Amino acid sequence: MKYLDEYRDAELARKLLEQILRVQKRPWVLMEVCGGQTHSIVKFGIDDLLPKDIELVHGPGCPVCVTPLELIDKAHAIASRPDVIFCSFGDMLRVPGSECDLLTVKSRGADVRVVYSPLDCLRIARKHSDRQVVFFAIGFETTAPANAMLVWRAKEEGIRNVSILVSHVLVPPALEAILDSPRNRVQGFLGPGHVCAVMGYREYEAISARYKVPIVITGFEPVDLLEGVLMTVRQLEEGRAEVENQYVRAVTREGNIAAKKLVFSVFEVCTRKWRGVGPIPQSGYRLREEFRDFDAERRFDVGSINTQEPSVCISGEVLKGVKKPLDCPAFARECNPAHPLGATMVSSEGACAAYYLYGRHLKTEHKPALDSQSSVPLKP
Amino acid sequence: MSQSENHPMMPGESCPAPVFEHRQIILGHGSGGKLTQELIERLFLPSFNNNYLAQLNDQALLDVNGLRLAFTTDSFVVTPIFFPGGDIGRLAINGTVNDLAMSGAAPRFIAAAFILEEGFASNDLARVVESMREAAQEAGVLLVTGDTKVVNRGKGDQIFITTTGLGILERPVTISADRAWPGDKILLSGTIGDHGMAIMSQREGLEFEGAIESDTAALHGLVAAMLDTSTEVHCMRDPTRGGVATALNEIADRSRVGMELVERNIPVRESVKGACEILGLDPLYVANEGKLVAVVAPEAAESVLDAMRNHPLGRDACCIGEVVAAHPRRVLLKTEIGGSRVLDVMLGEPLPRIC
Repeated sequence: MKYLDEYRDAELARKLLEQILRVQKRPWVLMEVCGGQTHSIVKFGIDDLLPKDIELVHGPGCPVCVTPLELIDKAHAIASRPDVIFCSFGDMLRVPGSECDLLTVKSRGADVRVVYSPLDCLRIARKHSDRQVVFFAIGFETTAPANAMLVWRAKEEGIRNVSILVSHVLVPPALEAILDSPRNRVQGFLGPGHVCAVMGYREYEAISARYKVPIVITGFEPVDLLEGVLMTVRQLEEGRAEVENQYVRAVTREGNIAAKKLVFSVFEVCTRKWRGVGPIPQSGYRLREEFRDFDAERRFDVGSINTQEPSVCISGEVLKGVKKPLDCPAFARECNPAHPLGATMVSSEGACAAYYLYGRHLKTEHKPALDSQSSVPLKP
Repeated sequence: MSQSENHPMMPGESCPAPVFEHRQIILGHGSGGKLTQELIERLFLPSFNNNYLAQLNDQALLDVNGLRLAFTTDSFVVTPIFFPGGDIGRLAINGTVNDLAMSGAAPRFIAAAFILEEGFASNDLARVVESMREAAQEAGVLLVTGDTKVVNRGKGDQIFITTTGLGILERPVTISADRAWPGDKILLSGTIGDHGMAIMSQREGLEFEGAIESDTAALHGLVAAMLDTSTEVHCMRDPTRGGVATALNEIADRSRVGMELVERNIPVRESVKGACEILGLDPLYVANEGKLVAVVAPEAAESVLDAMRNHPLGRDACCIGEVVAAHPRRVLLKTEIGGSRVLDVMLGEPLPRIC
């Protein structure tokens, strides 16, 4: 596949690995910020190929995982209303709220639909003018332009039966929260490629300078990731700390100016709760006052729902990179993709799910707890 | 899959069979993945367990007065009912023919039950029936009995078809998911993911350069060509729902062996690859309706592969890996860039990812 195969080339990957081996002299701890990067790393077995003393910890960049329980409960309350068509990205459907997930809400009769673009909601709203169409607007800066466009067009075109349930979060405040933690181990970041395709990387320069940490904006294919690791390790070995751009085919310093303009005309920055982490100031978006009519939380009066996160799992620590999925005693035992206890096991982008799906737990000393829940062999 | 599964049993309550804990059926229970497996093992098997059913193959092999019969049934509930490369009628014949063929049997007779929704266009029904007639004729099976029911509008989705098939196993072969042996080669008859992505691109209104067509086909001819070459075919599956990854996991699990696959050797059409990339799906978990995977003794693998490649439905056949004694019940994949990962069974319906 053109534009992909080039970045999955085994020979190129091998050369990059050799260069990493040549450059790296000391052990380093790097964090890949994005869920999509985590996904690729385990899907292609990249962590397997890297030298043992380059440790990759998985960052908070999975939008599904960081959506707080409270908001999921609100989504369920709204989706359960008979007058509502509830639209969502696919992987949000399996995320457990305090009682169940959206797939179960659907099985009880709710009209829950998977859409690929938020703009599909406009079409659905026009077709069902007697019903309320609600979009679950989750994501980082990457999905913000399309979600903003939905609201902007609904207002322009006078489509009143559309609203969005907003859970937008931002990457830079999360990186600062990680770096501010006294237990932080991360020495360099593979920065979020798609987020920066929208926002540019200018705002990461201040973080890199303030915390003296290398940030290399990195893509999502194996060759991208290996090159990102090489560039970060090279900075660390040379004692540099700056923002570099590996993902030049998609990212510029200023980002997508038209998209940013749209985002800031519809959203404003606010404090947001992160699942497993808690509230982080100035870490998300909410609708601006002039678009507040399109806020599903207001339209359906779910403000009284206030859910506390359970304390059993360590997903917050995993999100911050302090712990790895295998550090959790529940991992692949009580907690697995069929019965997720925490956010990071839910989405295929989540660090725990990525570990589980691609079998990291099977290759380690940990007991393959799969056996306890998979089939009992039934020989005649 | 949700916390509804976590309900503890009431004190004093006891149950000899594993309990099926879902309070409601969700779509994932029909996905062919882990949830389907759970439904079968916790609900159906405890009630109906017998030596035939316990084999858990796609068909039961029955010995009736010395005659070896293959017997199977399958329901078809696809949306849309007409799709590039086929329709629900063709699928209903080919699917059941293939379930029989995977045992090495020659398919002979089909029974068909139709559940029609009030208001369904009779022209569409005629189209479906005509395509079933065609498919049955091509596969050399006779549709010998059937049933029709009509449900109220809104209680069905246009048309559901259940087909039941009977075949005769005349060859001296025993093909079963529990017969894979370390050293055996794993053969795949062609490109993967075509059917699933054809349906999904229609359903989601996605338009790709070069339309993706379903691969629906009756495979008994290909199987006959393979078995004419060697009887050392140990296991065979048509990787429908759950895809190649799930089919191979079932074999690895039932045979208590490990498997090692080479990603580079697994053929995927460019258009299917592209569609999977866009939706965040893995072609190894996407449904096929005209492909098979076979586990073959190493000494016979090359000749069987040649026989496959000489058959129109096996032109792109290749060896995608082998059975190993290490890591029993785990399927490992050597990735394109040389890393490795475990291919697990699919959980439920594949869900498109956000980014």
